[in-house]
Amino acid sequence: MNKEAIEKTVLDSLKRIAPETEPSELSPDENIREALGIDSFDFLQFIISLNDQLKLDIPEQDYGTISTLRNLLAYLDEKLK
Amino acid sequence: MIEFLMPSLGADMEDGTLVAWRKKEGSAVKRGDIVAEVDTQKGLIEIEIFDEGILEKMLVQPGTKVPVGTPLALISPGGAGVKMPPMVESKEEMKPPVPEKIPKAPAEIIHKGLKVSPLARRIAEDNKIDLSTVTGTGDDGAITKADVEKAIVQRAESGAKQAATGIPAEDKTKAASDTIRNAVAAAMSRANREIPHYYLEKAIDMTKAMAWLERTNKERPVNRRLLPAVLLIKSTALALQEVPELNAVWDNGLQLKQDIHIGFVVSLRGGGIIVPAIHTANLRTLDEIMDALNDIIPRAKALKLRSSELSDSTVTVTYIGEGGADSVFGIIYPPQVALVGFGSISEQPFSKDGMLGIHPIMRVTLAADHRATDGLTGSRFLTALNSRLQIPESL
Repeated sequence: MNKEAIEKTVLDSLKRIAPETEPSELSPDENIREALGIDSFDFLQFIISLNDQLKLDIPEQDYGTISTLRNLLAYLDEKLK
Repeated sequence: MIEFLMPSLGADMEDGTLVAWRKKEGSAVKRGDIVAEVDTQKGLIEIEIFDEGILEKMLVQPGTKVPVGTPLALISPGGAGVKMPPMVESKEEMKPPVPEKIPKAPAEIIHKGLKVSPLARRIAEDNKIDLSTVTGTGDDGAITKADVEKAIVQRAESGAKQAATGIPAEDKTKAASDTIRNAVAAAMSRANREIPHYYLEKAIDMTKAMAWLERTNKERPVNRRLLPAVLLIKSTALALQEVPELNAVWDNGLQLKQDIHIGFVVSLRGGGIIVPAIHTANLRTLDEIMDALNDIIPRAKALKLRSSELSDSTVTVTYIGEGGADSVFGIIYPPQVALVGFGSISEQPFSKDGMLGIHPIMRVTLAADHRATDGLTGSRFLTALNSRLQIPESL
């Protein structure tokens, strides 16, 4: 899966969880949860959604390293190589 | 005949719009059946019934907005007109206070000289029908069961007519968030007016609980992971078993509740909050509580809850979540007498066994009704809660 496809998957998942927001307008270093107002329940749904679509397990201890779009995309790119 | 009333789904609800009947006239209903859909400030709610019998007659048509307590339908009880045994507490809660109870003694005087069959008299008393206004059609003008039942139908019909003050077209145009805001405003204003709150706070060391959660989640696929909220709900429910005075309502005195139904505050994306009940949380496993959250949170956010989920809570829990405020001092949801507030967990210097270290600390507050309990009771609760969270494996 190329970078564009991964990014699209991420943004689509965020849009489903926070439909009234515009995830595509997130700046790369913004904290995703704060910017979109995502609570811990919705964040878990987001992780489950990524897990389903990318066939990738994101362990809980990695949550801290994927708080921004830039970090998350780099993390996914690395894991999916 | 039993009247099926527009239920009160919280202290803040004044009326509701019947949107659809989910059962037909003449169909049998049993406890827990969903019989109607009602549009309220808290969304489209499925209304359950707490009686058994035959749905004899609908009194309110879909599209009609009626006040809480308005008879929506008449149910003839299961069996031959025999009244059902007393229902459990939840039904009583759903019933709003009956306006203008007819005083017993004067009613008896009026009834002197009237010929009334014993069954008719009992039904009339149960339904608060003034027998002097009923025309008897039995022998010598005696009032029969059928006469009383007719009077009940007539009263209900006229009540429903009076109550139907226009078609709720404005409801649709009003944004859902506005009506939720109004509902919250009404409940919180009442709480602040009526309830003398007292507040207690305890800093709880979450080292063991978080370590247990991390270990547990590590072994699980992502869709079976537990959230910290599950531990908080279960530990609150178990601590309430030890301090039952806080699992109660205040209604002309303290009334303890047998079951522990935790109302869990869910923030809505458009603003406002809604508080669905996690039923009998003390009896559920952590996985069952997580399942309940997975079921109820999306429905709460979509404003698609059932009547029992909105009206059954016996205590409220609010959790700020990660990275938010350190502590929350809540306002009690009447007629409950307590609200437990969990702040976000943060790394703090904390002394334990004479050693100063950095621990994940959670500030837990209790807002309680001082009419119902005193600080000592509240303090016992927070201590019990702390003890539970120190042995997470036993939750």
